[in-house]
Amino acid sequence: MTMLLEMRAITKTFPGVKALDNVGLRVETGEIHALVGENGAGKSTLMKVLSGVYPAGSYDGEILFEGQVAQFRNIADSEKMGIAIIHQELALVPLLSVAENLFLGNEVAERGVMNWPRMHQMARELLQKVGLDESPDVPVGTLGVGKQQLVEIAKALAKDVKLLILDEPTAALQENDSQKLLGLLKELQGQGITSILISHKLNEINQVADRITVIRDGASVSTLDCRAEEISEEHIIRDMVGRDMAHRYPDRERNIGETLFEVKNWNVWHPEHRDRQVISDVNFNVRSGEIVGIAGLMGSGRTELAMSIFGQSYGRNISGQVTLRGVEIDVSKVDRAIEAGLAYCTEDRKELGLILEESILRNTTLANLAGVSKGGVISDGEEQKVAEKYRQAMNIRTPSVQQKVVNLSGGNQQKVVLSKWLYADPQVLFLDEPTRGIDVGAKFEIYSIMNQLAADGRGVVMISSEMPELLGMCDRIYVMNEGALVTVLDADEASQERIMSFIVTE
Amino acid sequence: MSQSKPDIRAYLASHMREYGLLLALIAIMAFFQIMTDGVLLKSVNITNLFLQNSYIIIMALGMLVVIVAGHIDLSVGSVMGFVGALAAVMIVQWDLPMWVAVPICLVVGGMIGAAQGYWVAFWNIPPFIVTLAGMLVFRGMSLWLLEGQSVGPFPREFQALSTGFIPDFFPLSVGENIAERLGVRRFNTGALSLGVIAAAIIVWLGLRGRARDKAYGIEGEPIAFFIARNVIVASALIFVCYKLATFRGLPNVLISMTVLTVIYAFITEKTTIGRRMYAVGGNEKAANLSGIKTKRLTFLAFINMGVLAALAGLIFAARLNSATPKAGFAVELDVIAAVFIGGASMSGGVGKVMGAVVGAFIMGVMNNGMSLMGIGIDYQQIIKGLVLLAAVIFDVYNKNKQG
Ligand SMILES: Nc1ncnc2c1ncn2[C@@H]1O[C@H](COP(=O)(O)OP(=O)(O)OP(=O)(O)O)[C@@H](O)[C@H]1O
Ligand SMILES: [Mg+2]
Repeated sequence: MTMLLEMRAITKTFPGVKALDNVGLRVETGEIHALVGENGAGKSTLMKVLSGVYPAGSYDGEILFEGQVAQFRNIADSEKMGIAIIHQELALVPLLSVAENLFLGNEVAERGVMNWPRMHQMARELLQKVGLDESPDVPVGTLGVGKQQLVEIAKALAKDVKLLILDEPTAALQENDSQKLLGLLKELQGQGITSILISHKLNEINQVADRITVIRDGASVSTLDCRAEEISEEHIIRDMVGRDMAHRYPDRERNIGETLFEVKNWNVWHPEHRDRQVISDVNFNVRSGEIVGIAGLMGSGRTELAMSIFGQSYGRNISGQVTLRGVEIDVSKVDRAIEAGLAYCTEDRKELGLILEESILRNTTLANLAGVSKGGVISDGEEQKVAEKYRQAMNIRTPSVQQKVVNLSGGNQQKVVLSKWLYADPQVLFLDEPTRGIDVGAKFEIYSIMNQLAADGRGVVMISSEMPELLGMCDRIYVMNEGALVTVLDADEASQERIMSFIVTE
Repeated sequence: MSQSKPDIRAYLASHMREYGLLLALIAIMAFFQIMTDGVLLKSVNITNLFLQNSYIIIMALGMLVVIVAGHIDLSVGSVMGFVGALAAVMIVQWDLPMWVAVPICLVVGGMIGAAQGYWVAFWNIPPFIVTLAGMLVFRGMSLWLLEGQSVGPFPREFQALSTGFIPDFFPLSVGENIAERLGVRRFNTGALSLGVIAAAIIVWLGLRGRARDKAYGIEGEPIAFFIARNVIVASALIFVCYKLATFRGLPNVLISMTVLTVIYAFITEKTTIGRRMYAVGGNEKAANLSGIKTKRLTFLAFINMGVLAALAGLIFAARLNSATPKAGFAVELDVIAAVFIGGASMSGGVGKVMGAVVGAFIMGVMNNGMSLMGIGIDYQQIIKGLVLLAAVIFDVYNKNKQG
């Protein structure tokens, strides 16, 4: 087999952090190569080095592409060679149409004048290639995340790609969309396109990868060949984490008490389309010490439900009743909802969860500044102590809590959002996709924290698209479909199939 | 990821902006000191520098808050002119006593800020538009108030707002004694001693902060930098006060300006309301979902700006000893430039009070120095524009290098 890509002894340092230390990566022509490792291990950084986001000279080491030494000064350079990267955060322009996005920076034009008919035709072909049944004219922003992901891939294909890099492409996708995407990768492989896939979902990796490189603490620890023999998930985890992990879900002593939190007759209308009801007649409750799950497809209204309860931060004409320990509480404003004991940990950490340009410290205390201040004056020392405590408890990988969150890896950013809400000390905590983009070890830590909250007699509501996680963690699972809760299942009677049956039949 | 100990280089890289700004101010002063044959740092001229720039600095404090919250206020020059006109009408034409007129003016400033902030905060109308409208409206209103004429002069006690000096609180004989030994005409012992006290307080607070950081394990400024910075700041302070002491002493505006700067630095850096202001500018949606009343804070930022613009208007009118229809014309540009030179970010959430003040001084020293050199207003504008551009390019370059 010929090597398409060889990265040799790559070392990359940021002020105070050595993100990559002598990492090697060899990718064969035509394979699907998986890159796995814990949050902050350096996967994204390695791919940014490869694609020229970090230009030659800003790192040590050597890149060989198709046998030639490659020194990319920017992304355009690497694209010219046929390397396309799809970042952890999608980079589409929401207001532009699919076709416009596909050819952004790569327009088909004659003497500066766009050839729209030609681009339309090409766009349709590309969309067909990636199996996306949409008109090239719709604005990208109106598509779901899964479809946007396909547009990203189509965009890469438009550039005649040889090596396709996907950084956690399925993190925000639900099962069937993920499957479609993985199928597409296989198909592209058939057409001779090599890909590098970063993911924390090990089952997916096992499903498509030919070889796996494991990175730990900024160094490559092993490369496993899945074609020769089946590699177990346990094996990958062992290499990633550096130890055996017997269980995926921590044990928990169930100690469920009275009804703690209840929502009655909850109705919400769409903020712009006033005649569209988003949530209809929802009733649910959480008992103290209980972890309750909400299953459902993307767009079924789970996030909208949680946000409309949390300070009416979504929707309009909201009606219904919210009670905590039998007493009605005022949740009409976010600060009142927090005051009353609620917290909502968003699924969209960059847009809604974090102040990216500020430090871990400042993000951690933001929702509970009263806890680190007296008479409106913040105590620097107290704040430092609090932030440091959560950094250690959540195992956030960074040299200092003064680090800006924008410089953290995706998974570690998620932990900062969680820290913020844990520090707000809620009675009922809504977690919206809390483990998205988080590695197995960190997932275990987050699950443990959820269990701890439950053990303290609080209530936890977990919204998740990963059914195994709901089944592994929850005491009861509500199933949501088109804005209504269609059923609730006890943990022992729930199974992936039963949940799916409620989602699909309606 | 392995952790290398944060070394001096890394520290310098992440604080380049702050040290760079201080060095830039020093370099610019040195340049003009040489080019003007030492006139720049003469006692009279230092006094003038403060009198000329105090109103810009006062407004820069408010503008910093507005810009940190992610907005902008283009109306401050007009508001300042309007309030000056209002004061002139009340004091000169209606003979209202100062203690009535001044509070009224400040309240009017606050109301103007509220009127503009209301549309920005609660209606989400872009501040650029709202305050552009305000700029026209209040320019027109001051013309109307003054009927196109200058109105003055003000009574002495009103002038003292700006051109008054703190009297020497040491016995006169002490000052005379020192003056004789130094071979200067007069010496305000109080002025120098206030400067020494202020320098001592700055050093003491710095040391205390360091000790506390250490106790909590916060990684602070490397000791060499700390010493260098404090030596520079303290000796500059004492030097300036010494110079002022050999002239007429400390101007009243210097005191009000200093007090306001300290208050705003404290509010923005140490209080919850300040912290929230940064959060609003950094990511309004996330701040909102963290329970922060983002709209109310935006509203507040504009009210605050209005009050400070009013104060600036009073001080400006007091210095000119009359209100003119042109007062405050295009001043908003200097104020905004000062804040951006001081390191604030157009997108909000970033910026420091001390930065804005140093930025204002950089603009002020350049204005003053170039005038002393006899450089025409045409070149002055060009040079100021280029300095602003250079400062912002430096920011962006720095950020890219770190990323
Ligand atoms: N611009 C930066 N400045 C400082 N540190 C950085 C910067 N970018 C990344 N890092 C650090 O480098 C390390 C590797 O980050 P990277 O994003 O590559 O992790 P990752 O393996 O992709 O993790 P995840 O699975 O969470 O996405 C992290 O510790 C991160 O904090
Ligand atoms: Mg990553």
